[in-house]
Amino acid sequence: MTMDAEARTLAEEQGKEPSKSRRALVIAAGMAGGLVLLWLVGQFAPGDVGSIARAMMREALSPQTAAVAVAVIGLNVHFGFTGLLNIGQAGFMLLGAYGFTISIRYDVPLVPAVLIGLLAAIVFALILGLPTLKLRGDYLAIVTISAAEIIRYVGRSALLTDFTGAAQGIQGKTYRDPFTDLSFFGSGEASIGFLNYQMTGVNGWWVRFVAWTLVALCVLGIWLLARSPWGRLLRGIREDELAILSLGKNAFAVKMQALVIGGALGALGGMIYVLPSSVQPDSMGRALTFFAWTALLLGGAATIFGPVLGSILFFTVRIFIKGTADVVVPNSLMNSQQTEQFSWIVVGVALMLLVIFKPQGILGDKRELRFNV
Amino acid sequence: MKVRQDLRQVSPRASGGVKLLLVALVAGLAWSLVPGAHAVPTLCMPSDTTACLGGTLRTDEGVVPDVEIKVTSPSGEETVLTTNEQGKWNLAAEEEGPWTLEVDQETLPDGVATTGEDVITVQARYGATTPGLIPVRTESYSSERSFGEYLAQSTVNGLRLGLLLALAAVGLSLIYGTTRLSSFSHAEQVTLGGMVAYGLVNVGGMNLWVGGALTVLVCAATGWTQDRLMWQPLRRRGLGLTQMMIVTIGLSLAMQYCFQYFVGARTVRVVQDNPDVLELGPITLTYQSLAAMGISVVVLAAVGYGLLRTRVGRATRAVSDNPALAAASGIDVDKVIRLVWVVATGLAGLSGIMYALVTNGIKWDSGMQILLLLFAAVTLGGLGTAFGALLGALIIGMVVELSPVFGMPGDFKYATAMLILILLLLVRPQGLLGKAERVG
Repeated sequence: MTMDAEARTLAEEQGKEPSKSRRALVIAAGMAGGLVLLWLVGQFAPGDVGSIARAMMREALSPQTAAVAVAVIGLNVHFGFTGLLNIGQAGFMLLGAYGFTISIRYDVPLVPAVLIGLLAAIVFALILGLPTLKLRGDYLAIVTISAAEIIRYVGRSALLTDFTGAAQGIQGKTYRDPFTDLSFFGSGEASIGFLNYQMTGVNGWWVRFVAWTLVALCVLGIWLLARSPWGRLLRGIREDELAILSLGKNAFAVKMQALVIGGALGALGGMIYVLPSSVQPDSMGRALTFFAWTALLLGGAATIFGPVLGSILFFTVRIFIKGTADVVVPNSLMNSQQTEQFSWIVVGVALMLLVIFKPQGILGDKRELRFNV
Repeated sequence: MKVRQDLRQVSPRASGGVKLLLVALVAGLAWSLVPGAHAVPTLCMPSDTTACLGGTLRTDEGVVPDVEIKVTSPSGEETVLTTNEQGKWNLAAEEEGPWTLEVDQETLPDGVATTGEDVITVQARYGATTPGLIPVRTESYSSERSFGEYLAQSTVNGLRLGLLLALAAVGLSLIYGTTRLSSFSHAEQVTLGGMVAYGLVNVGGMNLWVGGALTVLVCAATGWTQDRLMWQPLRRRGLGLTQMMIVTIGLSLAMQYCFQYFVGARTVRVVQDNPDVLELGPITLTYQSLAAMGISVVVLAAVGYGLLRTRVGRATRAVSDNPALAAASGIDVDKVIRLVWVVATGLAGLSGIMYALVTNGIKWDSGMQILLLLFAAVTLGGLGTAFGALLGALIIGMVVELSPVFGMPGDFKYATAMLILILLLLVRPQGLLGKAERVG
């Protein structure tokens, strides 16, 4: 897209500002409505339908879904807005998780520990960005995917057992307390229909509340950033970097800022990801990055709600496929382990089809996404 | 079980430190390929009321037979076991909990001693086989490994890894050169080679040479099919390169889980029996590795000759250089790209067979583990230059294997390769053999 077309898009955007915010309201309401519907089905439908819906609902609200949503919002800053091909978002998540949990184990208070996690990701982004952001896009892709793997290899190295717990990882109970101590939810259990969790416990309402609040804050933040002059600069770089350069803007610096911000969001997602469970380097490898990409493209890159919608859909639909395959396909053809793998195969194929036939995702704008790096 | 247990029997006749190195290499290359490296023969079948304990007593020079091991149950009952001629022992435990193992020092052969840890505790669990590793070593162990030997062996290992990587990297680079696509599923094409060879040779009982050749053909056919059904239509639609790259990511994910679906998450081997070992001074190599290296050299030379001297090779280079100009001068670009996909996936398949033979097995994510090295090699040599990929692969192979010699902790050897890549991008972003051009 040329600058001309960009200018036109921008003018159109400003022209329909009210309808845009109405659209955002509709999307948010639609998402909430969908969840309520899912809950109703889970609560009242009998038999297999009900149990699949219940599993989907639990997955939709799980803190790990929220964590991935935050990381995908970060990826959206990279790819959706700026056009940076970061194929190592899981590396940022893992770094954030390590920075946060190791700090807490060394008796750093909660807030500085979070900051250390974020700082680790920021430094990582700077190191990766310096050699690659001046080059063509695929260099960043290759370097990020490799560097994310390096983080994982180093994390699981036996030499660092005292810090990272090597391949065993870090157990949740060693770092969870400062976070659960903050809870004002009290103890005991609470349930909304079939959704029954402890108020504060290991994987209860408290961590869900915090995780989804953070998701909402990130969405708000990205909405503000994306409509700022800086956000327009990002999209300008995505569409035509040379044009932005010729306007006298420092595209390298702006790309670096985007890389750092998205990486920090990834680290935040990583911290949420490990709160209800444990730090497992092998569970935060390349597969997680690919899930984040699928979620982003499913929801729609360069949109505000796309990452959240995409993450929720990604995980619930996978549960749906697995649950349905479990029920429909006889066990002799596909055992329960194979249905799990089958669901992942479907995810991979879905990613391919999505990119080929609907690259803008569910919420995206086709005009905006003739992305190419 | 049988398969896993064989994994550890790499070259029992190798000499001291060299053997350790070889193990370190195999472990390094295949570090998560071999999760339960100390599995045991299945003479004892675990059940709901039986736990199995077992292991192999071995030093860096080989197994140690006829040694008595005193086993104490959690309730204090003592049993004495003797290792068989393969150094193996095992026990059906009727009780769960901590069992202790103690080697009878008297029965150890001369020159073999425990490493100081005399009593080993293992946790027996019903329905599972628990390995018990008793560390023993020859007394001359530490003095045997000199720097020169270490260097020589690592150089050879590096060369071997480099050649193996080169087979896959050249294909990756050719694809990039002709289509500008960084294919993330290329790693799975490597795994596919190993998996198909496993199916044909190990399961199907085919001769290794015939099965290997057939595997390469099958893999090349997947390349043809992919280009016919997917990449060519997508190119015609004008799908952007970024989207295509994400399509390869989806394909890679789907293929990985297909491997898991059909083969499972275990490590499988192409050939069952243990390879014979060749000793050349300080260097120890299995004959399989030697053959693999020889084949790699021949195949790479053939590819190089084809690129430089044949008509179709020149056409390929022309397309790499400038597809529009090549098309204008009468080259059928689609045909060249089709050929490149066939050759690239065939080479990747060959590389997968070699990988499975050299590292004693292949697993659903083996390819993914070397993808990183492949990209490092291709970028190092210069994206899109076939000879650059060859050079890059050899350098990366050497760096990975030699960095431990120069004091890099073994776990970080992959990180060294990456560090070199990042440093190189800072000073020479077009890679070693790439043309100096604006790449930003």
